[in-house]
Amino acid sequence: MRGRLRALVPYVMAAPGVAWLVLFFLVPILTLAQTSLSRGTFFTGFHFAWDWRNYLDALTTFDQQFIRSFEYAGMATLIALAVGYPLAYAIAFRGGRYKTLLLALVVLPFFTTYLIRTLAWMTILADEGPVVKALKVLHLLPADGRLLATTIAVVGGLTYNFLPFMVLPIYVALEKIEPELVDAARDLYASSFRAFRRVVLPLSMPGVFAGSLLTFIPAAGDFINAQLLGTSRQTMIGNVIQSQFLVLLDYPTAAALSFLLMAAILLAVFVYARLLGTEQLTG
Amino acid sequence: MGDDRRWSRVPARRLTRRQFLVGTGASLLVACARGIQPQGPTPTPTGPSPTPASPSPSPTLSDILNFANWPFYIDKKTLRDFRKQYGVNVNYIEEINDNVEYFAKIREPLSRRQSIERDIIVLTDWMASRLIKLGWLAELDKDNIPNWTNLVDTLENPSFDPGRRFSLPWQSGFTGIGYNPKLTGRKLTSVNDIFDPAFKGHVTMLTEMRDTLGLVLLGMGVAPEEATLEDAEAAVERIKEAVETGQIRRFTGNDYGPDLVRGDAWVSFAWSGDVVQLKQDNPDLEWLFPEEGFMFWSDNMLIPITAEHKFTAETFMNFVYDPKIAAQIAAFVQFVSPVEGVKEELTKIDPALAENPLIVPDPETLARAHIFRPLDPEEEQQFEQLFQSVVRA
Repeated sequence: MRGRLRALVPYVMAAPGVAWLVLFFLVPILTLAQTSLSRGTFFTGFHFAWDWRNYLDALTTFDQQFIRSFEYAGMATLIALAVGYPLAYAIAFRGGRYKTLLLALVVLPFFTTYLIRTLAWMTILADEGPVVKALKVLHLLPADGRLLATTIAVVGGLTYNFLPFMVLPIYVALEKIEPELVDAARDLYASSFRAFRRVVLPLSMPGVFAGSLLTFIPAAGDFINAQLLGTSRQTMIGNVIQSQFLVLLDYPTAAALSFLLMAAILLAVFVYARLLGTEQLTG
Repeated sequence: MGDDRRWSRVPARRLTRRQFLVGTGASLLVACARGIQPQGPTPTPTGPSPTPASPSPSPTLSDILNFANWPFYIDKKTLRDFRKQYGVNVNYIEEINDNVEYFAKIREPLSRRQSIERDIIVLTDWMASRLIKLGWLAELDKDNIPNWTNLVDTLENPSFDPGRRFSLPWQSGFTGIGYNPKLTGRKLTSVNDIFDPAFKGHVTMLTEMRDTLGLVLLGMGVAPEEATLEDAEAAVERIKEAVETGQIRRFTGNDYGPDLVRGDAWVSFAWSGDVVQLKQDNPDLEWLFPEEGFMFWSDNMLIPITAEHKFTAETFMNFVYDPKIAAQIAAFVQFVSPVEGVKEELTKIDPALAENPLIVPDPETLARAHIFRPLDPEEEQQFEQLFQSVVRA
């Protein structure tokens, strides 16, 4: 009897979590699925109709924005990795007693809200602003060139806004590496580059993997950066979902687009995990 | 408070107004769409339809009035005056930034006839039209709003609410062009100046369909009052070309303001009151009433069907339709007051305001103002879909 009760303990302990997931994940997602297969208009009402054309229409109408979202998110992830890895490395191995301070500085800007941070970039990158002027003086930007309202600004904004999600996981992975392992590699006549490539880099891959996902996934669904820093030629899928939902009140298409985005991201994650080896998923 | 007021108002507008746009546009009387309300669009020219609304539950004033409005759309003195006179505390909530966003917020509760804890909300014509059509608004008891007769004649019978049974205008305004002559290097006169290749990359248009399409149509010689779907397609085609050549920098809500002030935008489709205020940040900015015409819209006070304090709301509406109070508000917000007799009262406050055609438009100006044709729901969907295809190309 006691044994059976004891067997129930894990289930009881899991119950709050399961209830939470059912209530706030499963139910909404089923509702969304239902909406995505419905037909009708806001004013005549929507009814469930197994209408798979919503998906087909959404995919064929907005294929460009889908591709663009993944390109931008991919670029932002790569740049964040290129910037974030050395930064995390420097903090982990060279930070010394300033480690905590440096980490705090990485996170500090994110105490202001997302929107304000992005708006601030509009001022920094303004046509008459210091950055554009300096680049023009250096002839890195043509005389009629600009940064704001370009792809560069949107990708830059995405990179900036999600950078901590790249830096922190990599830092944690690097921090766990025993310095003695590197010393051992050096003792065995590995160059410092070779020691990095054969020891540090592989051990930090779980951080790279987690950081890339944490950057890529929100960046692919983002709409603020494209809206504020881009033009209508930089529209991402998030902007489309927003306008389908709020402006056009076309809930089925908006829901279908959300599912397609989810599916596309899952697929991308799957491919990525395959390429990198699934063991990285768990670290 | 001179400086103080300027400080507090202008920067805030930048953030907030963005949404305004949405609303604005559309608007106007036009309304949209659905102009037809369930009870039948009797366009009786003589005003107030006599259908007595269900008597307000208690014709006594409540202690509090929940009033949701757009940011920086009232002077706080008016609220204090109302409290002094009626003993009602106005819980004034600046929560409406965008017609469509606000709609998303109130949709669920109102569709189930649940309270949204608001007694007055302010939305642009086309959105007011939508709410009327959905039956989510309480009919105004005009006996409680004797001052409503001060409403200017031109706004008395909008297609979406003939006789103003459900709505009373809060403020009106124009959609035209705001620009910086120093950057453009010349005075502008026409809507079509926005397509001048010399301004490439420094032009913004509004995300509000009726505003942007309306102005572009005017530039093509088509009256927005009569625009067909083909006209709209032609206008969208024209905008699409400008997007593809990089002429248009972006589509904005209120956020064209900072773009103009910083000099990123040289020429913008803009709302009249904004430009008056933006001049305080950048005195070079100019407002243009394009020679082909311009758009006109109103934001309307509405009482949700679930309002707890309907009588108090009506009392408040009556209060702000007193020309004295209306002038006080107009002097602050600098949009067009829908109340007759405001000009005289404004003269007492500041004669310059009374002479400003952006605040007190003369009949010639009003005669050149256009309102987008009412669209039925299917048409609205078609037009909006068409327009959205260029906004998020």
